[in-house]
Parts: sequence; structure tokens; C-alpha cells
Amino acid sequence: MEASTVEPTGRYGDEALAAGVTDQEALGWRDGKRYAWLLGLLVPMIPFGALQWHMITGSDIAWWFGPIVIFVIFPLVDMIAGIDGSNPPSSLIEWLENDKYYRWCTFLFLPIQFASLIWVCWMWTRPYMDTVDKVGLAATVGMVSGIAIACAHELGHKKEKLERWLSKIALAPSMYGHFYIEHNRGHHVRVSTPEDPASARMGESFYAFWPRTVGGSLKSAWHLESARFKRLKKSKWSIKNDILNAWLMSVVLFAVLTAIFGWMTLPLLLLQAVIGFSMLEVVNYLEHYGLMRRKGEDGRYERCQPEHSWNSNNTWSNVMLYHLQRHSDHHAHPTRRYQSLRHIDDAPQLPTGYAGMIVLAVFPPFWYKVMDKRCVEHYDGDVTRCNISPRARKRILKRWGGDAGVSTAKQEAA
Amino acid sequence: MSKYRCPECEYEYDEDNGEPREGFPAGTPFAEVPDDWTCPDCGVRDKVDFELVES
Repeated sequence: MEASTVEPTGRYGDEALAAGVTDQEALGWRDGKRYAWLLGLLVPMIPFGALQWHMITGSDIAWWFGPIVIFVIFPLVDMIAGIDGSNPPSSLIEWLENDKYYRWCTFLFLPIQFASLIWVCWMWTRPYMDTVDKVGLAATVGMVSGIAIACAHELGHKKEKLERWLSKIALAPSMYGHFYIEHNRGHHVRVSTPEDPASARMGESFYAFWPRTVGGSLKSAWHLESARFKRLKKSKWSIKNDILNAWLMSVVLFAVLTAIFGWMTLPLLLLQAVIGFSMLEVVNYLEHYGLMRRKGEDGRYERCQPEHSWNSNNTWSNVMLYHLQRHSDHHAHPTRRYQSLRHIDDAPQLPTGYAGMIVLAVFPPFWYKVMDKRCVEHYDGDVTRCNISPRARKRILKRWGGDAGVSTAKQEAA
Repeated sequence: MSKYRCPECEYEYDEDNGEPREGFPAGTPFAEVPDDWTCPDCGVRDKVDFELVES
């Protein structure tokens, strides 16, 4: 895919609109990623890849194929595949959004995801699988359940009922049904503020962030649904409660799989769910690390701007995650479909794609080394504008405060 | 009865229909919707940001 940063509005947009042209061929624009989106369907096939590998080589390492793909192969492919910063012409966005082909690329993820899970349950209960093989297999399908949350994320932001339902179904294997509520009505509202459990703070390691976001997001989701039922003047203990009905899907799914494959499937299901939602949380960790919105005099936070999310144009990660890395545009227009999300020039950019950044995030000293200076530079050397972890505040201010931050930023600039 | 629109995602609050799912039955005037209520579709605009489209 060729890297280009065409500014399309003037070239195609206004003139074409004035001429009444809406057909993409007539505008001479083709979506370079159109067929690449189908590659996203390789992710839920990873467990079958593990089986192929095992059958060909007989190696037991094959059961660990999932973590190997996500933490080794994808980061490397991401660096090799390069960068694509091209945007669809703004006049074509509506047309692009209405092209149902793109929806099918997300819908098809689900049957493959569930086929994988069922197959892994069967495999897990084979007598010749030892404990190490089993844990590897759980981690492998956990990666699928985790990336399924990216698919569920895309679907859950849409206005159509069908897509919202599919979103909850895709979340069932990771027991993260409350994400649908918390993400849309909690995270998007309070993003890049200290009040958001899913926005990581500068100086906060992924391991400190994990319990805060897992617990905080759950609590916040429950509060949001409770408040809705209070307005409805009805009991929140209802099947109409979107958290309870989403969790019920997980319960039913796990119960059916346990009934078919035996009670020994239960540890697998729980383990892969924790691995799955931890994959989501490590992505949450990097998306807003250290960034902070300012509070106005009226006590409201400034509107979420492009500068409040970390972005990346690495082609491979973008294709695997439905353009999730065009995160600033996603926060500006949450209902916009993945194929139309735009690269924004002045939004903060990560040094590599999310694939490589999640590897960095699990090694906090390396993470701080790479990211802390970027946070400070982003605020022109003024570390006090970052969202800083209260526990690390003293250390961060000592390291980056006053002249230290300014001079380092200047050095970097020079 | 009036209609109000979210300036980001074009969600419309129509006072005639209310938004029963959110706890505002048909006929609920927009004035009775709390100020900190966020757009149910995009979540990034509050009630106070909504624009009057038809009255």
C-alpha cells in the first residue's frame, strides 16, 4: 500500500459535489484498503492455524500460536508493511459509509470467532493435551476473544439495532458485555480526564492500570445503567438491563459449552476471558496515556480534541483493528464507520502501531522510556498539563518538572 | 412540540416521541431532560449542545 497524504477535499470534494458526482470511479478514487479488510478475518482463524502448525510439525509450541502471532509476528509485520496515511475524500464519506460490503467484513468475524471457541473447547478436553498445551491453547483463543472486542467496539458504536446486538454477542466470550455501555456512555464522555478509569495516567504502569480500569469500568457501567432505570422508575434487576442481558449471554454460552464438553471446560472459558479482556485493556492503556483535557471556567472539560488520543498509521495494525488507531477521528466522530475514519495531521502519533506498543506496555520501564518524553513534548515541555498518576506525581515532576521538561523537549526539537 | 438535534451525529430528540429507552416517555419536554444527559448515539455531546431544529 502506497503511503500518501493526499488532501482530497479541494481536489475531489467541492468540485465533484457541485457537479453532482457521487460515483467513486468518476472521482478517480479507489479505497486502497477495501479488500485488505478481509484480512481481519484471519484473526479468529488463529486457533485453526495452531492446529495446522501442530499437525505439520508435531510441535507442542503450536498451541501457543496466538500469543506468538500477536506479540511477535504482528509487530514485525506491522513494521514491514509500512504506513498508510491516506484519507477518503470527504465528499465520499457518506457513500463509503453506506457501502454494506464493509459491514460484512465485521459481521463475518463472529461465526469464525465462535467456531474457534467451540473447537478449542473440544481440543482442550482431549486426554493427550498436557497442562502447558492447555494454557497455550487458552491464551491462543484468548487473543481471539480480545481482538473480537475491537470488532464489538466497531459494531457497538453504530446506530443500527442489528449491529448493537452483534456487538454484545462478540463480547460474550470475554464476559465484557458491560463494555458496550461503559465505553459509549462513560469512556467517550470522560476520556483523557482523571475521572475516566479507561484513560491511563502518566507514570502508571499497565499493571497498576489494569485493576483500576477493570474495576472502575465495571462500576461506572453499573452506575450508568442504574441511573437509566431510575429515570425509567423501574427495577434495574431486569432482562432489559443491557449489562445483565449481555452478561446472561456469557452465562448461557459458557453453560452450553460446559454441558457439551464437560465441567473441565470451565477453567478454559474463564482463563481465555481474562486474557481476552486484558488484551482490550492493554489497548485502552496506550490510547490516551498521559493525555489530558483542560477544564474550562464553567467546570466543563474542553471538548475531546484530536490532541487527546494517540494515533498510528501503521497499515497492518489498522487493518487488523478496523482503523482503531485513527483514534482521534474516532473520538471526534464516534458513530463514523471504520472505513471512513481519517488520519489527522496534528494528532499525536505513536512511534509504531498498536501491535508493537502493546508489547512495550507489558514492560513498564521501556514503556516509560519511550512514552513519557513524548507526553512532555506533546505539551511543549509542560509536564503539569499531562494526566499524571497521583502515586507517581512526585517522581514525574522531579524528572520532567520545571526546566527539565522544557530543556529536554527543546533538545528533542533541535 | 419541538425537535432537537445532536450537532455531532444528527440524533434527534423529538418531544412527541421522547426517548423511552432513556427514561423520557413520549411527550417529555426537552427542558425536563437533565443538562448532563449525553447524546444516546455518539455520547460526545451533552443536552446543552443540542440544536433546536423544529418547533
